[in-house]
Amino acid sequence: MTDIFNVLSPGAYTTVQDLGRFGWQPFGVPPSGMLDDFAGRVANMLVGNPDTAALLELTFSGPTLKILSPATIALTGADIPFSINGVPAAGWCALPVQPGDTVTVGMARSGCRGYLAVSHGIDVPLVMGSRSCYVGAAIGGFKGRPLQAGDCLRRGPGEADYLARRVPVERVPAYPSEITLRAIPGPQDDFFDHGLDVFFNASFTVSPQADRMGCRLQGPVISQIEAMPQSIISEPSLPGGVQIPQDGQPIILLSEQTVGGYTKIATVISSDIPRVAQALPGDRIRFERIDIDAAHALYRHQASLLKRIRYEMELSAAEQRFRRDRPDPAAVDWDSPDVVDKLIHCLYQT
Amino acid sequence: MTDVAAVDSQRFDRPKFRLAGDRGLLVEFGDAITPEINQSVRAMTFAMEAAAVLGVREVIPTYRSVVVVYDPLTTHPSLLSTRILSLYEGLARIEPPAPKESVIPVCYGGEYGPDIAFVAEHNHIGIDDVIRLHSEPSYPIYMLGFSPGFPFLGGLSENLHTPRLTSPRTRVPAGSVGIANNQTGIYPIASPGGWQLIGRSPVRLFDPDRPNPFLLRAGDTLRFEPITPDEYRRRAVGGEHD
Repeated sequence: MTDIFNVLSPGAYTTVQDLGRFGWQPFGVPPSGMLDDFAGRVANMLVGNPDTAALLELTFSGPTLKILSPATIALTGADIPFSINGVPAAGWCALPVQPGDTVTVGMARSGCRGYLAVSHGIDVPLVMGSRSCYVGAAIGGFKGRPLQAGDCLRRGPGEADYLARRVPVERVPAYPSEITLRAIPGPQDDFFDHGLDVFFNASFTVSPQADRMGCRLQGPVISQIEAMPQSIISEPSLPGGVQIPQDGQPIILLSEQTVGGYTKIATVISSDIPRVAQALPGDRIRFERIDIDAAHALYRHQASLLKRIRYEMELSAAEQRFRRDRPDPAAVDWDSPDVVDKLIHCLYQT
Repeated sequence: MTDVAAVDSQRFDRPKFRLAGDRGLLVEFGDAITPEINQSVRAMTFAMEAAAVLGVREVIPTYRSVVVVYDPLTTHPSLLSTRILSLYEGLARIEPPAPKESVIPVCYGGEYGPDIAFVAEHNHIGIDDVIRLHSEPSYPIYMLGFSPGFPFLGGLSENLHTPRLTSPRTRVPAGSVGIANNQTGIYPIASPGGWQLIGRSPVRLFDPDRPNPFLLRAGDTLRFEPITPDEYRRRAVGGEHD
């Protein structure tokens, strides 16, 4: 294990996250994990990590880090100016850093959460199968809490191997201040009649009360059918559930929520949760009704888009590695199904 | 016991399915908190785990429903609901393992249970009665949640029902045993909370570093066993709490 950086200043709220802690909801442990998993997965791809590697999730303003060993880093997600030794650096792009470098991440210009990945992943202990920080129970991440000045983090084992990976500009998401979230009615849509029309037609404002548990909205009051009970028997909630408490103001539940007794009028689809993660207080949100089949088509689309991005990046990385290392033709397994070996094969033939 | 029939009618004839987004399916067995409805929840949880239904990632038992978390690339609510209905038909023949009873030692009153006198006064009984009534029953564990391993228990004696504190404490120590209205429970980790605290247990319900981090499981039962302050301190010194 290698020390990777010292935290000079932590930013507003910076935690270590991976894809999440799964299989423990029956025991009351919510999944946690990177809220914008599109940006987070791409950050890992840029530095050559597997999807499961842990990285930093930063909120609105980022940390200042003193680099302690050679590594590749990448910043994705919110549009946040950042620099290496004072020289402005580009987001959605792999960058080499050396011991002694200072990485300074500023304040978001659009979007709310940034993802800073380092090659070989942030190394913190696995807690119940995940490195994700769940601050509510003080488990996972770095000592179960957001980063503080003076913390020293380590990375996983391996050699630093910088390769120029970047995300084509047309694949970089924009984070506008007016967004539409697609949502499937339910689980308790039958508690509402006119309220459903209000929900799917009105525009809501993101309130300052937004964290990893949920994002509270302000707008026209959504009322339940009067004859229905005001609350339900408590049940676990899943990320994306839109809870309507007694004041009629919706709360989009996120990945650190466990159980609740308020009705959920609709559930935001998985591939739109990153947009919730990137919404800032004051942003406007509308909801668009979608059915389960259309939602699953979008889910498959998102999964294949991520696969395509990784494939493109790995292809370019393999080509760079080939031009740099010129592997011995005798050492290449010509019959391997591995895409990298196949590419080397092609390059030798051209 | 006069309203058993009314309670029984709150169990649905067949499970009710509700969509919980693009990767969750809620399966409800009734509309009340009763041991009978929860028995269906328990049996279905075991049946689904035993059947290892394709594409199912998690089966989360609750008071009166299960939440099925699935992989949308592998399965669909219509496939799942068909499969769950056929499991439901055979549910009567499924014999889930007998509930395991956990005995949780509790030091009642004193510095560990600062609100026990209030609970006694509120119910016009003595502190000894509070301890006796609280440690007598075998409580069904209906669901875990709120914080890791927090048990939602049924069956609190009506003579112990007490409203929450008017102003919640900012920090309730781990192991605290409390009462809120008709509910009783144990705080697995230190957290803010508004329950009336009547005692504390030296046992750690949740320890992420244990191979099995949780002492309790939904569907099992729990009993409280009174211990002395000396015994509490002896057991707590073993590092069971911070």
